[in-house]
Amino acid sequence: MTPQPTPSQTVGPFYGYALPFAGGGDIAPAGHPDAITVRGRVYDGAGDPIPDALLEFWQPAPGGSRAGAPGSLRRDPVTGAVIGRTGLDFTGFGRVATDADGHYSIRTLPPGGAPYISVCVFARGLVHHLFTRVYLPELTDPATEPLLASLPPRRRATLLAVPEGGRVHRFDIRLQGDGVEEETVFLDFG
Amino acid sequence: MTPQTPLTQEIISAEIAQARQAYAKAVEGGEPRRDHPDRGYAPYRSSVLRHPEQPLVALDDPDAVELSGPVFGVTDVTALDADLTRQHLGEPLGERIMVTGRVLGRDGRPVRGQLVEVWQANASGRYAHQRDQHPAPLDPNFTGVGRCLTDDQGRYAFTTIKPGAYPWRNHDNAWRPAHIHFSLFGTAFAQRLVTQMYFPGDPLFDHDPIMQSVTDDAARSRLVAAYDHDLSTPEWSLGYRWDIVLSGPAATWIEEGR
Ligand SMILES: [Fe+2]
Repeated sequence: MTPQPTPSQTVGPFYGYALPFAGGGDIAPAGHPDAITVRGRVYDGAGDPIPDALLEFWQPAPGGSRAGAPGSLRRDPVTGAVIGRTGLDFTGFGRVATDADGHYSIRTLPPGGAPYISVCVFARGLVHHLFTRVYLPELTDPATEPLLASLPPRRRATLLAVPEGGRVHRFDIRLQGDGVEEETVFLDFG
Repeated sequence: MTPQTPLTQEIISAEIAQARQAYAKAVEGGEPRRDHPDRGYAPYRSSVLRHPEQPLVALDDPDAVELSGPVFGVTDVTALDADLTRQHLGEPLGERIMVTGRVLGRDGRPVRGQLVEVWQANASGRYAHQRDQHPAPLDPNFTGVGRCLTDDQGRYAFTTIKPGAYPWRNHDNAWRPAHIHFSLFGTAFAQRLVTQMYFPGDPLFDHDPIMQSVTDDAARSRLVAAYDHDLSTPEWSLGYRWDIVLSGPAATWIEEGR
């Protein structure tokens, strides 16, 4: 008999001392000249920012490798404290909690071989996480990229990061449409 | 201003029963069974504005980045992480337990060398979190955070104390059954899972809209660990077994040595 999946449950409000880690959003090595910033806010269906969402990011290395590397939560064996990535291996993984104003930001390197960074969203009140993607406009043509091209323009726009200049991109996430702003497109991988 | 009618357990319980009946009827009518909760589950009030109303976009792309996933290693955990009773100078209060099991993919294959993270309230039902205002004592010898890597059989094991039930503000007199939060990674990011493990026979199950958000009886029962006497250690700790199966597509390729 094939094993039956374990159901999801909400991450709840109290993960803050367990899951986020120091440097969780610093996926790019410190001072790397190619580093980009992706930042934004997470909103609910009333248009209010969500202060207790947790976002995870996964992407290929700039050279295209999807093998990842250990060490995202590299620890000091003496104190147990997180001492951060070595800066030599690109782990491809990031994790940040939103702040009291619903903001998050990560610093990373542009992915190789795919024009997007994958995002997994958790929040109090969200009983099952959601996947979406940050498409970087400089890496993709929305008219030909299969997923983007399949969506109506308003929906498509929710997956496209907005360049703000200075290698900063804005990417807001709306868990539910608020009547004015479009709900983010979320993905199902089966 | 008219005084608000209190949102009682009775009202929430009626909504829970309704959702369960609606699900049973849907299955009878030929809808597929659901392993995961419906994101718009109104008895859990915080879900109302925090779930998408548009259908998810199904993606069947063999080149999707989500079919690979982050990896972790020995530098990401320390020896004390899997024993939540030894992270401070003294011993925490409460019933010492061991929780162990296997992490498997839907194909039944073990998930090897992957990160398992847990967090929980102390024996009194209080989290070491600033926003937890439940007037139960903090335990200076218990933080309630653990991590480990699965072994070659996909096994994880934690030593901890049994967490207490705690109140929350979903409705009047709302209490969560005792639970341990789990975070799991598979070989693919698409297999990611965050869930909660419960203890057998807890009288609060039927009252709890979070647990009941899983409307399929068989699926919900998979959130409950089994007491396993063989895992109990004489004059030391009680043992619970809980296997975890990740849904979502596993990685189509696995690197040597992973
Ligand atoms: Fe909890």
